[in-house]
Amino acid sequence: MTSETVKCKKCGGEMDAEMVAKHRKICPRCGNYFRMTARERIDLVTDGKTFRELDGTLVSRDVLRFPDYEKKLEIARLETGENEAVITGTAAIGGHPCALFVMDSVFMMGSMGTVVGEKITRLFEYATEKRLPVIGFTCSGGARMQEGVLSLMQMAKISGAIRWHSSAGLLYIAVLTDPTTGGVTASFAMEGDIIAAEPGALIGFAGQRVIEQTIGQKLPEGFQKSEFQLEHGFCDLLIGRVNMAQTLADLLMLHKEQPKERRNA
Amino acid sequence: MSAYDKVTLARASDRAMGSFYMEQILDHFVELHGDRRFGDDGAICGGVGILNGEPVTCITMKRGDSLEERMKRNFGCPSPEGYRKALRLMKQAEKFHRPVICFIGSPGAYCGIGAEERGQGQAIAENLLEMFGIRVPIITVVIGEGGSGGALALSVCDSMIMFDNAVYSVISPEGCASILWKDSSRAPEAAEVLRLTAGDLYSMGIADVILQEGYRTNEELAAELKALLIRELERLKKVSAPRLLASRYEKFRKIGG
Ligand SMILES: [Zn+2]
Repeated sequence: MTSETVKCKKCGGEMDAEMVAKHRKICPRCGNYFRMTARERIDLVTDGKTFRELDGTLVSRDVLRFPDYEKKLEIARLETGENEAVITGTAAIGGHPCALFVMDSVFMMGSMGTVVGEKITRLFEYATEKRLPVIGFTCSGGARMQEGVLSLMQMAKISGAIRWHSSAGLLYIAVLTDPTTGGVTASFAMEGDIIAAEPGALIGFAGQRVIEQTIGQKLPEGFQKSEFQLEHGFCDLLIGRVNMAQTLADLLMLHKEQPKERRNA
Repeated sequence: MSAYDKVTLARASDRAMGSFYMEQILDHFVELHGDRRFGDDGAICGGVGILNGEPVTCITMKRGDSLEERMKRNFGCPSPEGYRKALRLMKQAEKFHRPVICFIGSPGAYCGIGAEERGQGQAIAENLLEMFGIRVPIITVVIGEGGSGGALALSVCDSMIMFDNAVYSVISPEGCASILWKDSSRAPEAAEVLRLTAGDLYSMGIADVILQEGYRTNEELAAELKALLIRELERLKKVSAPRLLASRYEKFRKIGG
């Protein structure tokens, strides 16, 4: 029996897929990060068996009768075993309860349609009601073309839900992973109280090819990477996979709700 | 008229845009410049004027007339400092208890190295977040092309008025056609499937009022727009700030729910 292998995009090394998965999907040769599925991400950061999924049965419908959308959704569901490009729920991280959303870049490139918008909105509403902090892992090509302007409006809808959560004095940590672009960058990815990023991730608004075509020149090395965003002041910190769970636990601990008397003092 | 006919009309270089309507409906308009952080974006123009006897803040995307002016204004594609200027003016409006009117007509947010370095995504995101908290009425008027996140950054509102030949889309029909069929010349087909006309947005509950253009002159349209804005502002003025913010959220909350 031959085991499945994966190839590292950075160093070209081929390795056993199962072993890579067991080691946080970090290349043992060069330290490069392989993309993680949403479930792998949840396993990486949450305390064992604490994750409880919400709204997992919501599925997208082809409301605009867009060419090939049904087929693309079907393929994405088969490929990922998920119903949509985001998974939401509650969990504990280092013993601290939180609400969690994790996007999956494999599901139609993590694109945001109405169901992705609805699930994240509901999660923020739930977290506001239960007074929970929210941790969100983004990876997305942006708004989902196949649902037209309805997808675009999800950027506003989610932002509205985040604002209510924020006005209630609650914490939202966005963790940007590879790739986070387009409408997701221009909305909830950049609306965290704390914005963290995985090292080496592509993070930006406009696509690199579009920029190159517009300005007629090649983009500099490292353009729109996490390190670039940190340097330009658009994220608070970079968190590597090895420290991810611990750093998130620390941040949750540092923002634990104070007893009422102290909050008002 | 096909969807792409409307796209063509919305983009037409001689189409009267936000600045024309601001001139027509406002008295004593004073333009206010700059984002107080980096610069002054020519693709966004804003200021204060009198509408029906009361001060209002108006903000418009602006592409300019001559080629020279268009280049200066990046053909109406706003940079981060444009969105930040818009937000600054909205917060100023909130402080002085006057409503905000935003005019949309732009191919989209500017694509370039500088725009990314200065956080184009963050600037749009901040507007979306903050506009849900602005405690005065916001009305958005879509006159030309409403292109993607770059248009959305001025579209969080209590009432959206849309000209019937304006369009609003997640992606340009050309961009959509090249992704779908690797052929941007099939943009007219893409325009059809994207459902980007005023009628489409009205049926999806995004646009609240459609302004029929018919054969009317720009001056006649301006007069009707003025009457519409006065009517909408009268209605919104009566709503308390907490109620206004709750229903603003509700308006967007319903979309695709
Ligand atoms: Zn490697």
